[in-house]
Amino acid sequence: MTAPAPATKQPPVAVAADHGGREAARARARALTSLISRNGAVAVLVLVVLLGALLVPSFGKPDNLRNVALAASFIGIIAAGMTFVIICGGIDLSVGSTYALATIISAMYAPRGSFIAVGYALLAAGLVGLIQGLIIARLRLPAFIVTLAGLTGVRGLVYYITNEGNDHPQIEGFRAFETLGTGSLATIGTPVWIMLVVFAIGWWVLNRTPFGQSVQAVGGNQGAAELMGLPVKRTQTIVYVVSGLCAGLSGILTTALSGGGQEARIGDAYELSAIAAVVIGGTLLSGGVGSMVGTLAGVLLLFVIQNLIVQGANLNSYVQQVVSGGFLLVVVILQAVLSRRAGTADT
Amino acid sequence: MTTPVLAVTSASKRFAGVRALEDVSIELHAGSVHALVGENGAGKSTLIKLITGVYQLDSGSVRLRGEEVAFDSPRSAQRAGIATIYQEVHLAPQLSVARNFFLGREPTRFGSLDLKRMNRNSAEALRRYGIVADVKRPLGELGLGIQQMVAIARAVETDASVVIMDEPTSSLEPREVDLLLDLVAQLKAKDVAIVYVSHKLDEVFRACDTITVLRDGKLVSTGPTSELTRRQLISRMLGRDAAELDESGRTRLGRRELEDGEPVLRAEHLNRRLILEDVSVVVRPGEVVGLAGLLGSGRSETAKAIFGALPLDSGDISVDGKPLTHQTPASRIRQGVAMLPEDRKAEGLIPDMSIRDNIGLAALPQLTRSGLVSRKRVDDIVKTFMTRLRIKAASPLQRVSELSGGNQQKVLLARLLCLNPRVLLLDEPTRGIDVGAKAEVQALVAELAEKGMAVVLISSELEEVVEGSDSVVVLRDGAQLGRLVGDDITEDKIMDLIADAASEQIEASEQIEAEK
Amino acid sequence: MTTLAANLRDRTAIAAWTREHGVYLALLVLVVFNAIATPNFLTVDTVQLLFSQVPPVIIVSLGMALVIGTGGVDLSVGSIMAIASAVLAKFVTGGSPIGVAMLAAVAAGLLVGVFNGLVVAIARVQPIVATLGVLVAGRGIALVITGGALVELFVPVFKDIRLGKFLGIPYVMIVAALLAVAVSFLVRRTAFGYRLLAVGGNRRASVLAGLPVRRTLVVVYAISGTLAAVAGVIATARLRASDPSYIGLLMELTAITAVVVGGTSLTGGRVRILGTVTGAILIQLLETTLVSHNAPDSVARMVEALIIIAAVYIQRPARSSR
Repeated sequence: MTAPAPATKQPPVAVAADHGGREAARARARALTSLISRNGAVAVLVLVVLLGALLVPSFGKPDNLRNVALAASFIGIIAAGMTFVIICGGIDLSVGSTYALATIISAMYAPRGSFIAVGYALLAAGLVGLIQGLIIARLRLPAFIVTLAGLTGVRGLVYYITNEGNDHPQIEGFRAFETLGTGSLATIGTPVWIMLVVFAIGWWVLNRTPFGQSVQAVGGNQGAAELMGLPVKRTQTIVYVVSGLCAGLSGILTTALSGGGQEARIGDAYELSAIAAVVIGGTLLSGGVGSMVGTLAGVLLLFVIQNLIVQGANLNSYVQQVVSGGFLLVVVILQAVLSRRAGTADT
Repeated sequence: MTTPVLAVTSASKRFAGVRALEDVSIELHAGSVHALVGENGAGKSTLIKLITGVYQLDSGSVRLRGEEVAFDSPRSAQRAGIATIYQEVHLAPQLSVARNFFLGREPTRFGSLDLKRMNRNSAEALRRYGIVADVKRPLGELGLGIQQMVAIARAVETDASVVIMDEPTSSLEPREVDLLLDLVAQLKAKDVAIVYVSHKLDEVFRACDTITVLRDGKLVSTGPTSELTRRQLISRMLGRDAAELDESGRTRLGRRELEDGEPVLRAEHLNRRLILEDVSVVVRPGEVVGLAGLLGSGRSETAKAIFGALPLDSGDISVDGKPLTHQTPASRIRQGVAMLPEDRKAEGLIPDMSIRDNIGLAALPQLTRSGLVSRKRVDDIVKTFMTRLRIKAASPLQRVSELSGGNQQKVLLARLLCLNPRVLLLDEPTRGIDVGAKAEVQALVAELAEKGMAVVLISSELEEVVEGSDSVVVLRDGAQLGRLVGDDITEDKIMDLIADAASEQIEASEQIEAEK
Repeated sequence: MTTLAANLRDRTAIAAWTREHGVYLALLVLVVFNAIATPNFLTVDTVQLLFSQVPPVIIVSLGMALVIGTGGVDLSVGSIMAIASAVLAKFVTGGSPIGVAMLAAVAAGLLVGVFNGLVVAIARVQPIVATLGVLVAGRGIALVITGGALVELFVPVFKDIRLGKFLGIPYVMIVAALLAVAVSFLVRRTAFGYRLLAVGGNRRASVLAGLPVRRTLVVVYAISGTLAAVAGVIATARLRASDPSYIGLLMELTAITAVVVGGTSLTGGRVRILGTVTGAILIQLLETTLVSHNAPDSVARMVEALIIIAAVYIQRPARSSR
């Protein structure tokens, strides 16, 4: 005996149509929140810059703005790479050390020509990312711990190649390389342009290439991405290489700008600034959701606020730290509260 | 008979020495739907994962169109034309529908995603399967049902010759199930070989040509659906005398006469913007009140609201005449209300903890003296309930995540029962557990009610609500459509109520039918 | 076939044992190595030196282990040490008795910890970002309190903290050991311990089981902050000065390393106190060993990185069976 098919009460109906006004209202609320968290940083940036220009005369001067942008570009480039890692559901604590490694290596090899200096520095930084990426993706160890080890180990390496921090390699008379840091286009420094190019490429890769789709899918739900047949391990590995390369590029620009002679402790805690910028930009640490534009706005916000404190209130660097940390807290608390409003019932 | 598209021969797999699958062979044919049924732990998922390259065979072989294959990852299986749709919706919610549709095989122009083509093609493909949706919207903003349909359409569009569906209807509404079975028929017509895994026997009989039964990692039987009765199927799955199951495969729960008494639970005029609209549930001692309705109708939300897990804008809730105030689960538990949450894994179990600690968790305040937990009292309670609920485990110290779904559910029930509640809210108490455990849980619910507890029962299986409830509150879109008592409680009456309220949607669907 | 199976069983058993007890084995290996290769290692002095260096790390790691047990992380511990040190200096230079100053320092840590807890539990910000904000702001606050300068402190009690011994064991080590026992008791025997592990294992389920999740989280971060402040006081005593730009620097990383090397998983739901203490000792001993073998600091860091990776590799969860 075969059970008869139960009488169908309703004919099949398009699923999209059945969740009436309620579902739509909820979706609208969600869409609004994602709009705010994606573009909130941009809006706040515009607001702060406008207010700053109005209230603090010295802030709005072109020279000052140029300097803010130049100062922001180094962390900015690192944060661009970090955005990929965080959207992919990871975190990279090693970028400060990798940045230092590239700074030192590019200065050490500068006498052998710009190409070699830049090439070796990028190679080293990319390798650091590759090794970490492979350990995270293949051995499935937690990114936080692996890159924490990277932070410690690579910093050790930097001290090792600088004779325990006693060597400060200088560049002497290699114009081509230095132009990367000191040159300018339309009065704006080369590093700023490079940062903008990095963000433009980053946006394109994230939103317009299959790899970018993979990054977002893996960050959203790794197990699902695996079962869907996405190249999860490759994607995870590559984002750390990207992050390493970005940190390396930033280090190279630092050497080019300063002409070398950096301390081995350079870039200490840069990972924290980069993560802060990414988070302020609306990228969620839980992975899957984030934006390059937001990160750019986040970095600029951090530096604009620091600059305003110096220009406007003439306060010392301790207070800057307090304000930066406090600002980060305010932003993340707001984000958390907003996203909960729109999300489903909180229990 | 034609050569099978895919043949698994003598497949065996062990995990850490424990047999998961032993000497199982199945054949999949083009244009045929092959059901894979069995209790939890029977080896269905293991078999699927061996086919799709998530696991590797210990021994045996998989042949695709006659050639032996060994996939090292789901990716390579997909490339060979084996598409799989998993139980939970497995897509990227933040990406648009179109991007999800093409995830992993995006068309590009000069290295850049061809968004126009993606939007156009995905909209067309979805329409072909009767789904109308704005493909540019993030998938996560759409309902669960449509997300599942997109996942299926996505898998099917990969030109797969084998499509494996692992409990595809577990989160779908009845009419979404119809839509899905339509889709299965379409695939069948396109000569695709389909594997259909489901707990829902009605669907299996409706949609499948061949049924393979697994039990304890071994093949019990395989054969045409027409040669199998529902009763035979259940007895093969359970491997025990089928006498205790009646003809339809349901447990027998007689309806009892209720004494008139003051209601234990009065939850009246519950309101929450966008979620609940003037819902009232009143339960007398010994009564089981069913909440019926489709997914998203507010049935779970009503339970959560009563339990204090969903803050209300307004509403009066009282237990034994005493009004409840604080809207938190902790205070509700103190006031004699207990809830079994809908999603066992996400909302119920603490996976790393032992059975013992999971059971004792909610009753901690009673088991604690000046901050210290009394080990003896915990052990006593745990022992009592493990025996009473027949929880099968190596020891109370076994990690709860190692148990089968049915035993996990019993652990959660034990957690509630040791609170000795007056009101028991059960949200999907039998979802995703095997037939044997299901019968036990249903009998337990009846027994608890008989002892005077007030029970609220929610199930997406109408027959469970109909069989187990003394009265039924029907919900739709967060509003109460009606209340059925006694002989009025039938599947037909409930569906009529819902269908009447949904008339405007039937019109919408007719439009779509016309477009086809 | 049988031998293969037996072999396999043995190997999984060994792997499981190493996962559970790897840190003790590693410590044993390091001690044996030192006993053989390091001259004068097995002297009372060496042990006492170690025992006077390691307590702040142990104390901070205990709090960190609890936080990690809830599935969170506390990056602010180093800054809390600095704040405690700065508050201590402020009170001492302001003429308060040392006892009051110490209490104020610890209270400051408690306060910051409660703040962390509120941000994590009530505002529901991810712990890593919430405490990152406090890490950045906290050291700034400490610097503002002391005006940015190193404040030398001449307090007789500090000498006792630094050098005092009972039965040959430094006071600070005794304090660390007592705190470890207390925290262990808290986790194993109290309802609070149950709740902590439940929240770490599944927060939503804990809410629905009626547990006071928010209170539990706030208390956990408060404990972490308080313990960090205690460590800050000890560090100040050892330094005989308050130097907010130095005290507790990178302590969050050391503590996380100790906890993870000790076998507590970052995902939450489990806490291993003895493992954490052993992890802290292991790291300290490793540094001591490398120094006594004239390895430069750079090499020590690289070795530490390898140890971290090795530890998590050994302790990685076995492949899920289904």
